[in-house]
Amino acid sequence: MSFLTVLFAYLFYAATAILVGGLFFKIRTYARTPAPLKIPTTPAPITKTGVVLRMTREVTLFESLFKSNKWIWLFGYLFHVSLLLVTLRHLRYFTEPVWFPVEMIQPFGMYAGFAMVAGLGGLWARRFLVDRVRYISTPSDHLILALLVAIGLSGLGMSFVAHTDIVAVKAFILGLMVFDLHPLPADPVLLVHLSLVALLMFIFPISKLLHAPGIFFSPTRNQVDDPRDRRHIAPWAAKLEAGAQGKSE
Amino acid sequence: MAAPKFEVPSLTGFIEVPKIKENASAHVKSFPASAEIQERIGFPGPLVEDWHDKAIAKMGDLLGKYRSLQVFMDACVHCGACTDKCHYFLGTADPKNMPVARQELMRSVYRRHFTFAGKYFPSLVGAKDLTEDILQEWYSYYYQCSECRRCSVYCPYGIDTAEVTMAGREILDTVGIGQKYTNEIMGKLHRIGNNLGLPGPALEDTLQGLEEDIFDATGVPVKMPLDAEGADILLITPSADFFSEPHVESLIGYAKVFHAAGVKWTLSTTASEAGNFGLFIGSYDNIRKAAMRIRDAALELGVKRVVVGECGHAWRVAYSFWNTLTGVGHGGNDPFARQLQQQLDPNYPAPQHICEFTYALIQEGKLKFDKSLNDHRVVTFHDSCNVARGSRMGDMPGGQFIIPREVIKAVVNNFQDMAEETIGEATFCCGGGGGILTDDLMEIRVKGALPRMEAFNNVVKENKVNFLALICAICKAQFTKVVPYYGFDMSMVGGVHQLVSTAILLDVPEGSEQETETEESEA
Repeated sequence: MSFLTVLFAYLFYAATAILVGGLFFKIRTYARTPAPLKIPTTPAPITKTGVVLRMTREVTLFESLFKSNKWIWLFGYLFHVSLLLVTLRHLRYFTEPVWFPVEMIQPFGMYAGFAMVAGLGGLWARRFLVDRVRYISTPSDHLILALLVAIGLSGLGMSFVAHTDIVAVKAFILGLMVFDLHPLPADPVLLVHLSLVALLMFIFPISKLLHAPGIFFSPTRNQVDDPRDRRHIAPWAAKLEAGAQGKSE
Repeated sequence: MAAPKFEVPSLTGFIEVPKIKENASAHVKSFPASAEIQERIGFPGPLVEDWHDKAIAKMGDLLGKYRSLQVFMDACVHCGACTDKCHYFLGTADPKNMPVARQELMRSVYRRHFTFAGKYFPSLVGAKDLTEDILQEWYSYYYQCSECRRCSVYCPYGIDTAEVTMAGREILDTVGIGQKYTNEIMGKLHRIGNNLGLPGPALEDTLQGLEEDIFDATGVPVKMPLDAEGADILLITPSADFFSEPHVESLIGYAKVFHAAGVKWTLSTTASEAGNFGLFIGSYDNIRKAAMRIRDAALELGVKRVVVGECGHAWRVAYSFWNTLTGVGHGGNDPFARQLQQQLDPNYPAPQHICEFTYALIQEGKLKFDKSLNDHRVVTFHDSCNVARGSRMGDMPGGQFIIPREVIKAVVNNFQDMAEETIGEATFCCGGGGGILTDDLMEIRVKGALPRMEAFNNVVKENKVNFLALICAICKAQFTKVVPYYGFDMSMVGGVHQLVSTAILLDVPEGSEQETETEESEA
C-alpha cells in the first residue's frame, strides 16, 4: 500500500476521532451545565411542543436571523442549505448500494456546490464591505471562510474541470470504514480537497463551528415559558435552600 | 436643565444606523463603589491584589453554573446580525456598544484561558490575556448595557448579551470593582427593605398623606393599608411609587382599582420594594436575598395572592425568577416551595401583574370608567424591555403586549401605537435600565434614548400624541429626565395606572359631603 494511502487513512481516522470526541466532550459540557434561571426570550412557547417547533423553525428556517437582516439570512441560508445538499450527495461515497434518496438528489447536489460558494462569497463580502462587520471580524473568521471556499472550489474542480477516479475514491472510503485500506488516487486536486476536509473536521470542536450543537442548548431558545406554573431549580441553587425551610434570616 | 457636556443627537425622523466611531463613548464611566458599599453586599473593594487569578476563577465558576454563558461564549460566529440592534450603539456609534463587540470583551479572555485555540493561537482567534486595562474597559462597556435583551431576539443562536453583561459585572464585583449606583441601592434594600432607604414610619406617613389626597380629590375613602395581616393580596411595587412623580399617580391608580374591586390588600414595610438590582449585577445570592423579603412578608401576612406594580425588570424577576428563588408561584413539589404555595390561591397566577389584575376586572365588568376624563390626552405605549422580552402577562405568548394596551384602551379614547419595528418584542429600551439610571451616566442615557425618541417624535408630530404611557419605574424616571433633552415636556410621561386613576369612577359613600370629582390633580 502506498505511503499516501496510509497517510490519508490515518489522517481521516485522527480527524474523525477529534471531531467525534471533541463534539462529545463539548455537548456533554453543555448538557451538564445547569441553566439555573428561566430566561427564554419572550414571547416564547408555553408548551414543550411549542419549543420543539420554535427550535425547528430556528434551525431549518433561521427565523431569528430572518427578522434581523435579510442579506445575512440570504447568504447564510444559501450556504447552509447548499452545504446540506452537497453533504448528502457525498453519502454516495459511503454507501453501497447508494441509498435511493441520495441517488435522487445527485443532480441538485452537483449545482448546490456553486450555490454554496456563492453564499460564502456573499458572507465574506460583508466582512469587507460593512464597517460594523469588518470591525468584529477576526483572522479566524476569514480563514474559516477561505477554508470552506477552498473545499467548495476543489470539489467543483473535480466535478467540472479535472475529473478524478471516483470509483477508486469510493473504494478507498468504503475500505476506510471497515479498516481495509484500498489505494487512494494520487490526484493533487483530490488530495487538496481531502486535506481541507480533514482540517475542517479538526477545527470543528475548537472553533465557532460549535454554533451547530450550541443552538440546541441555548436557554433563550429551548426553554418553555412556564415559570409561574412550574418550579424550575438547578441543583446548585437548591442547595441554598437546605436549612432555609422557614423564613430567611 | 443644565447645558449638557455632550452633543445631544438631533431627531431626523428615522432610526439611522451610524458609521462606527471607535472609542466614541470610552470616556463614559459611572462612579465606582466604595469599599464600604461593596462589603455591604458581600464583595471586596477596591481592586484586590490577586485580581487576575480571582477573576479567571470566577469566570470558570460562572461557566460551570450557567449554561447560557458557556454556550454563548462558544456559539457566536460574528455574523453581524446584532450589530445594529443596540440602542446604545445607535445613539453613540461606539463599535464596542454593538452586542457582539460587548460580548467579545469577555469572549477574548474566555478564549485565552478556557479554549485550545485561544491558548495556542491567540492572535488568530482574537484571544487576549486579562489585564487591568481590560477590566477597566469591561467596567466602561458593561455599564453601557441595559440588559434589555433586544439583541437576543435577533441572534440566530439566541445569544443574550444581558447574560454576558451580568457575568462581566459579577466578575468585576468579585475582584472589587463595583458600580456605586447599583451596589449602594442593593445595600439599602438589604438593610431597610426598599431601594430608597425609606423606613417604616416614613412609609406610613406617606401613605396616609396619599389617602388624604385621594379623599380630598374624590370624596372616597380609598385606603392604602400597610402590614395588614389577614389581607388577601400583598402588593409589591417599586419604592419610587411612594413618592416620585409621576410614579405616585400609578400607585393611586392601583389603590383605586383595589378599592373598586372591594378586595382586602396590603403593602409591607419589610418588602416595600419590587425592584431587585441583584439582577443587574448577575449576583444570584443578591437576587435571592432581595427576593426572600417578599416570601417572608407573604408568609408572615398570610396573603393568598401577590400582585406586582408597574416595574420592568422587577416584573421579569417576579414572573420568571420568583418561583425559582423563593417559591412565590405554583407547581413546586419540594418542602420549601410547598410551605408558601399551599397558602397561595391556585385560582390566580402567582405572582400577578397589576395590569393582569386590572384587565381581569375590566373583563368581568367590575370597574366603571369615564373615558372622556382622559380626552385631553393622546396616548402611546412604550413596551418596557424586560417585560417585553423577559416575561409574560396572561395565558398566551405575547400577552405582555396585549394586556397593557387593552387596559389603556379601556380608559382612554385616543390611543396610537408607535412604529411597529420599535414596539412589542422589537421595543427599544428607555436607555436607563439595568443599572444605568444614574446622573454620572447621563450622556449614555440621553444617547441611548435616541431610537425611542425618534419613534415617539414621529407619533407626536403625526398623531398629536402627548402622553407616553409606561409600566416601569425606571422608564418613568429615565424619560422624565431625558425627554427634555429632545424638546419634549416631562409632563408627557406617566404610568398606565395613572390613566386608569384619571378615568375610574368610584362610588362616593352616602353622607360624604365631598363633591364627586373623579379626576385627580395632574402632575
